[in-house]
Amino acid sequence: MNGASFAELSARERLAALVDAGTFEEWLPPSARVTSPHLAQLGVPAAFDDGVAIGRAALAGRPVFIAAQEGEFMGGGVGEVHGAKLVGLLRRALRDRPAAVLLLAESGGVRLHEANAGLIAVSEVMRALLDVRAAGIATVMLIGGANGCFGGMGIVARCADTVVMSDIARHAMSGPEVIESAQGAGEFDARDRALVWRTTGGKHRWLTGDCDALVEDDPAAFRAAAVAALAVHRSMTLAALQRESALLQWRTELAGEGADAFALWTRLGVADARAVPDLDADAVRARRPAAVTPLANGAA
Amino acid sequence: MSTVAESPWTRQRDDRAARLARAAALAGVRAKAVDADTIVALLEALIEPGDRVCLEGDNQKQADFLARALTRVSPARVHHLHMVQSVLSLPEHLDVFELGIASRLDFSFSGPQALRLAQLLGQGKLRIGAIHTYLELFGRYFIDLTPKVSLIAAQAADAQGNLYTGPNTEDTPAIVEATAFKSGIVVAQVDEIVERLPRVDIPADWVDFVVRAPEPAFIEPLFTRDPAQISEIQVLMAMMAIKGIYAEYGVQSLNHGIGFDTAAIELLLPTYGERLGLKGRICRHWALNPHPALIPAIEAGWVESVHSFGSELGMEDYIRARPDVFFTGPDGSLRSNRAFCQAAGHYACDLFIGSTLQMDMMGNSSTATLGRIAGFGGAPNMGADARGRRHASPAWLKAGREARDGLAGARGTPRGQKLVVQMVETFREHMQPAFVETLDAWQLAEQAHMALPPIMIYGDDVTHVLTEEGIANLLLCRDDAEREQAIRGVAGFTAAGQRRDRAMVERLRARGVIRRPADLGIDPRDATRNLLAARSMRDLVRASGGLYQPPRRLRNW
Amino acid sequence: MAGMESLHFRFDGGRALAPFAPTLVGVVASGNLEVLVEAAPGTGCRIDVDTSARGFGPIWEAVLRDFHDRHGLAGLAVAIHDMGATPAVVSLRLDQAVAAIAEARP
Repeated sequence: MNGASFAELSARERLAALVDAGTFEEWLPPSARVTSPHLAQLGVPAAFDDGVAIGRAALAGRPVFIAAQEGEFMGGGVGEVHGAKLVGLLRRALRDRPAAVLLLAESGGVRLHEANAGLIAVSEVMRALLDVRAAGIATVMLIGGANGCFGGMGIVARCADTVVMSDIARHAMSGPEVIESAQGAGEFDARDRALVWRTTGGKHRWLTGDCDALVEDDPAAFRAAAVAALAVHRSMTLAALQRESALLQWRTELAGEGADAFALWTRLGVADARAVPDLDADAVRARRPAAVTPLANGAA
Repeated sequence: MSTVAESPWTRQRDDRAARLARAAALAGVRAKAVDADTIVALLEALIEPGDRVCLEGDNQKQADFLARALTRVSPARVHHLHMVQSVLSLPEHLDVFELGIASRLDFSFSGPQALRLAQLLGQGKLRIGAIHTYLELFGRYFIDLTPKVSLIAAQAADAQGNLYTGPNTEDTPAIVEATAFKSGIVVAQVDEIVERLPRVDIPADWVDFVVRAPEPAFIEPLFTRDPAQISEIQVLMAMMAIKGIYAEYGVQSLNHGIGFDTAAIELLLPTYGERLGLKGRICRHWALNPHPALIPAIEAGWVESVHSFGSELGMEDYIRARPDVFFTGPDGSLRSNRAFCQAAGHYACDLFIGSTLQMDMMGNSSTATLGRIAGFGGAPNMGADARGRRHASPAWLKAGREARDGLAGARGTPRGQKLVVQMVETFREHMQPAFVETLDAWQLAEQAHMALPPIMIYGDDVTHVLTEEGIANLLLCRDDAEREQAIRGVAGFTAAGQRRDRAMVERLRARGVIRRPADLGIDPRDATRNLLAARSMRDLVRASGGLYQPPRRLRNW
Repeated sequence: MAGMESLHFRFDGGRALAPFAPTLVGVVASGNLEVLVEAAPGTGCRIDVDTSARGFGPIWEAVLRDFHDRHGLAGLAVAIHDMGATPAVVSLRLDQAVAAIAEARP
């Protein structure tokens, strides 16, 4: 009746489904009880792994470092310990030089309960990830959870070489409710879920060049995309950043004032934009216009 | 008051003629057609103080334009109305009492307005005649609660005044029949006026006035349950229902009360039910609103027929494409009918299964909570033995035999019995126990001066209580002590459950009165969401081949 | 004001398990819990609960005693982080943890 769903799995189950069977070796596992020092005083239970599992594994036989955020725990929010685990993983990658660092991201961003500690943690993750990228190690973000990847983690994701999304995933900075309360429901109605997904979902990101692979909500599809991403490394020269900036400028001008996603897709060259929300991932993959490709490839 | 009567036997008819004459004199009224901005004047011309007025508030469909218009009549001219309606759904349904336009109320269900209704009652702003079930209220429309004026909602009208009520026909035929054939007056709001209707649901002869409302009538999607919200515990209970009851009795015809637990049953038929070899042997005929969760079972060939109380937003195209299953007109759209579906659910179904908020140790259950007057809706008709039933089915006969085995005299006279299953988790949200020694309904009855506590389903109609701890078969209980322990024996770790007589519960288990998952060959660890035929709204859309269009707020792709 | 409640239980008797690696089931989310089971040789069954749903000590006692009665395991340390799970979910997770131990390697 159904195949397996990536979104339905817990973080640990996704991680196990992604890597070569039995190869995951966890660092700071739950039994180490490296938990948040902040949550108890707020009356919130801690998680033994502070909502993220980190370690090393093999992917298609290649050594990789991997982290998986549990979106059900505190919305995947990054707290002090959670952030430190990610930073430690990334710094160790500079030393051990795996083939890639993979992050299964599902997060609302900074864990607000931990206030400044959370903010600092996320900024340290950004810096550490950019260091790994600068060292020539492939960095891969895999976004496939129902909660999406938002806030500071949304920014982290864009710092990586490759972003893989399923069509039910979302990736943005501000969450829909935040936009609505800041700008009003007339500007953005967060209860219009189709609008939310048109604005932040995997199909939109794919068609507009902000994600590198669009897959079905299927662990096998994520694994295949992760394997392909092992070979992808985009250098960050000044020239490359300037070219990307120009492409972003072009895209912004194309969007124009108040354009809906349908209008933007049409202007980019997508045929029959209104049909897109009901198509499956394979069909949408085929529709990305050639004009968008340089933006997606980072024009390295 | 009516003008001088022609004869003492035609007062109602003469009175009707007088009111129609007043209405005809209004600018903005041409024969049956009424301009939208004349509607308040029309209501003031047609309605007199003390009238019994039916304002169509169905479970799903609302005559919202007419409801708003009624709140704008002058209370000096129109007052002390007696409102009779199925559902209090809109704020306007209670505004008429606050504004001094209406003073008395007979109804069935008030879910969204339950709190405010209790407050208004407490403040003396209205008096309640009685709270009914839907079918019971419809019945009274023909006995002693016949409306003088009915304000109804239809999807479309033609120039003659024929009405198309479409998929959400719901209560309209019952309301209009009672009103039109007892010299009453029928005013209909419609979404549009067309040359030619898709089909005629209400003939023009029965309709006095038609007004095109500025906005389409409000319809609520009530029966859509996102499979993503179904929990493992609900999957476990659904497995027990299918294996321990549906298969056990060979349930061919049934009604599901709305809920995530029944949605889990619907979604387990094509998977778990298939594995048990049950297709064709159970669940072939349904009295049911078009639940999206039933789509996979329909597609897998489980379902021969569904008759519906109302429709469900987003299901229209799917229903059109499945006329062999649903009741559809020659135009292809659904025809629902609450009165007939209620009758079918009461008399023509082997089983009812639903949930509740509280149950006591006799099996009485209630959704009543303090400070709210929610009413009954249709559940008591489904969740009651149909003592007038005479036709036999295997499930009905088996239940009847179990109940009467060993009994003599009048109580032991052989007859069948409907399976009435209450399915409930032992603890609700915020660790509220579902099993209690005394229902809140008793306290509510005192507060609201009711003659009886508002019990939704009576314990002596309940045949099975199903929780995550197991199934208690009350048909096999021979006295109140056994019944009480059977219920405590499945009440889990609630205080009521912990007060069980452990020795007696073990004896009941040995007799098969209580069956635990293990007794049914079910391992709770197998009760995972992977068993569901659809685990998300998108899975349902895919199962329907893209025909089902969920409401916007449930899309997440 | 919000606060966590910590509960501690000890159950004697039962049969010891073969050595096993620490095993985690469940997730800390509303209505859910995570359960970490570790080998603690030479003891009975120790269960420590941190919960955000305060005031349900007696129900925890009943649920955990029932767990111990059903499985009868010794040499076990169970740690729970709970966010308002019902007894049905608690019992399910404990059963899942015991099943997972059987598959864990030391």
